[in-house]
Amino acid sequence: MTREEIYDKLNEVFQDVFDDEDITVNDSTVAADVDGWDSLEHINLIVAVERCFGIKFTMGETTGLKNVGEMVDRIIAHLG
Amino acid sequence: MKQLEYPYDADYILRKKKAIRRELLAREGIQYIDKKIAILGGSTTSDIKLILELFLLNYGIRPEFYESEYNKYFEDAVFGNPELDDFKPDLVFVHTTTRNIARFPAVTDTPEQIDALIDETMGRFGQIWQALSERFKCTVIQNNFEQPYFRLLGNSDFTNIHGRLNFINRLNDRFCAYAQTHQNFFINDINYVSAVYGIKKWADPGDWYRYKYALSVSAIPDFAFNLAHIIKAVYGRNKKAFALDMDNTLWGGIVGDDGPENIKIGHEDAESELFTEFQQYIKAHKDLGILLTVASKNDEENALAGLARPDSTLKQDDFIIIKANWENKDRNIANIAQELNIGSDSFVFVDDNPVERTLVEEQIAGISVPAVGAPETYIDTIDSNGFFEVTGISEEDIKRGGMYKANMERAKASASFDNYDDYLKSLDMKAEIKPFAPVYMARIAELTNKSNQFNLTTKRCSQAEIENFASDPSYITLYGRLEDKFGDNGVVAVTFGHAEGDTFYIDLWLMSCRVLKRGMEFAMMDELIAEAKSRNITKIKGYYYPTAKNKIVRDFYELQGFTKISEAEDGATEWILDLNEPHKSGNVAIKVN
Repeated sequence: MTREEIYDKLNEVFQDVFDDEDITVNDSTVAADVDGWDSLEHINLIVAVERCFGIKFTMGETTGLKNVGEMVDRIIAHLG
Repeated sequence: MKQLEYPYDADYILRKKKAIRRELLAREGIQYIDKKIAILGGSTTSDIKLILELFLLNYGIRPEFYESEYNKYFEDAVFGNPELDDFKPDLVFVHTTTRNIARFPAVTDTPEQIDALIDETMGRFGQIWQALSERFKCTVIQNNFEQPYFRLLGNSDFTNIHGRLNFINRLNDRFCAYAQTHQNFFINDINYVSAVYGIKKWADPGDWYRYKYALSVSAIPDFAFNLAHIIKAVYGRNKKAFALDMDNTLWGGIVGDDGPENIKIGHEDAESELFTEFQQYIKAHKDLGILLTVASKNDEENALAGLARPDSTLKQDDFIIIKANWENKDRNIANIAQELNIGSDSFVFVDDNPVERTLVEEQIAGISVPAVGAPETYIDTIDSNGFFEVTGISEEDIKRGGMYKANMERAKASASFDNYDDYLKSLDMKAEIKPFAPVYMARIAELTNKSNQFNLTTKRCSQAEIENFASDPSYITLYGRLEDKFGDNGVVAVTFGHAEGDTFYIDLWLMSCRVLKRGMEFAMMDELIAEAKSRNITKIKGYYYPTAKNKIVRDFYELQGFTKISEAEDGATEWILDLNEPHKSGNVAIKVN
C-alpha cells in the first residue's frame, strides 16, 4: 500500500471517529489540529486504525506518536 | 436499528458511534423512557458509557449518566458524594472486574487464610451493595469476575485453592448467592461474555496499562450489549412473543410440496436433528411466558399436518394462534397482535426467507427480525439478541400462555350472549383489590413499564420506587387481581396516588388489555373511593396525558363520573370527583375481595 493509499483510508477513519466529513490529515497533523482529539478519543482512533488496516500496534508505539506522519510510518512498518 | 442487533459489526459501532447516535436521536415517533444511570467504575468507563447509550436508545431508553471518578466506585457507593446524591440514580452499575481484586491467594497461604481472603473481598462488595441499597433504593447491576488470562498453576488453577481461577470461581459463586437472595440486584455476567469473546483477547494488557480499560476496547460493544439487555428487561422493554415461519424455519423442506412425511424433523438424520433442537429451543420459551404464534404462507391443513407428526417437538397446542394462509405476513402478525391485544412491536419474527423478513421489518415499526442465516445459526442469532432477557421468573410468566388461551375461550363464549352484561355475569368474576403486597411488587413494576394502551399517565416505575410508594403513608396503592371461570388473569390493574390535605391525586392508573371491557376499572375505582373516604379525603383528582398509544382511555374519567376541569393544547386533561356527591358504581359483575 502506498503512502497515498494509506492516507485515503486514514482520512475515512478520522472522519468517522471525529464525525466530521471535512477532516483531512497529513504528515504534520497533530492532535491540536483536530476538534475533539483528546486522550479518550485517541483510544478510539487507535483502535479504529488498527481494525481498518488489520494491524496491532505495540503498547509503546501508540504513546509516543508526535504527528499523523509518524502514525503512517508505523502503519507502513506493520504492513511490511 | 439493524446495526445494533446481533450479529453486529463491533468495529463499525466503535468507529461510527457518533454518527449512529445522531441517527438514533433523529428517529421520529419514539416514545423514550428516561432513566438515570450511575456508572461506578473500577477502571475506565468512558466508551462503555457511550456504547451503552447507543444500545439503550435503540431499546427506547434515554439514559442520563453519572460516571464516577476513575476507580472511585467504592468511595462513591459507601460514602456517597453530593453530585451523585443529587443525581438520584434509577439504576447503579458497578463496573468492577478481576483487575479490581486487591489480593489473590499466595501459594504459601493456608486454606484458612484463603477463606479469610474470600470473606474480606466479599465484605468489601457487600459493603458497596448494602450502602447502595440504603442510599438509593434503586436497581443495582454488578459485574461478576472474568477468568484470568494466565494460569500460574496450569490446569490446577481450576482445582487448587491457591489458583486464581479457583479463587475467582469461588467469588463468583458468592456473587451468585447474593443475587439469588436480593431483589433488584442483577449480575452482568462478564464471565460468560468474555469467554464467548475469548478470554485472552478480552484481557488485552495493552489497553489496561495504556488506558486503564479492564477489557479490550474492541470488546466494549459485546460488553455493553449484554449489559443493555438487563437494563431493558428491568424497564419492561423485553419482547413478548414469537411469530414463526414454518417451512425451512421450524422444519427442513416445504410441507405443502414435500408432504408432511418428507419434511425434515425428528431424529432420522442430521438436518432433522438440527431442526428438532431448534423446536426444543423455541418450545422452552413457553415456560418463560413467551407467546408462540405462527405466521406462515401455507394451507392451514398442511401446516397442521407438519405439527401433527409424532416426532415434531412443537405441537399445535403449543401455539396461541396459528395463521397459516396466503396473506402477507405483516398483515398476519398485525392480526395476531390485535387478537392477543399486544403491540406488534413486541414480536420477534423468525423466517429463513430474507424477502419475508425485509417486508415485515419495513411494514411493522419496532418489530425484531433477527437476520438468521443457515439453520445451524438460528439459536445463536436469536439467543444472542437477548430479546427475552430474564430478570426473574414469576408465576405470571409461567401461566401467561394459558391466560391468553383462556381469553380466546372467553371471546368464543361472549359470542353466544345477546346481552353483554349477561355475558359478564356468566364469567363468575372474582377480584382481589388490595394495597401493594410484597409478592406482587415485581409484577406491578413490570406492568408500569409494559402497559401503554390502558394507561392514563404512562408513569414508569422501578420495583424500588413501587416499594417506596407502598410504604409511604400519604399514598394509597391498589393492585387488582381478576379471576373467572376460565382462569386466573393474575394482577391486571394498578393504581396509586398521594394525598395532600383533603385532596387525593391519582399518579398512575393502568390496566392490562387482557381484561378490557370486564368492568375491572370500575371495581378498582370503588375500592379507591372507599379507601379515600376512610382517610377523610373529599376530592379525587385524575389526569390523562395523551401518548401515541393511549387513546382508548381519553374518556376514562368521564366514564368514571369525574368532571373535567381543564384541557391543555396537547390534549392533556385534568379531572375531579367530589366525594360528597353520591357515586354510582360501573361494576356490574365482579365480586370484590
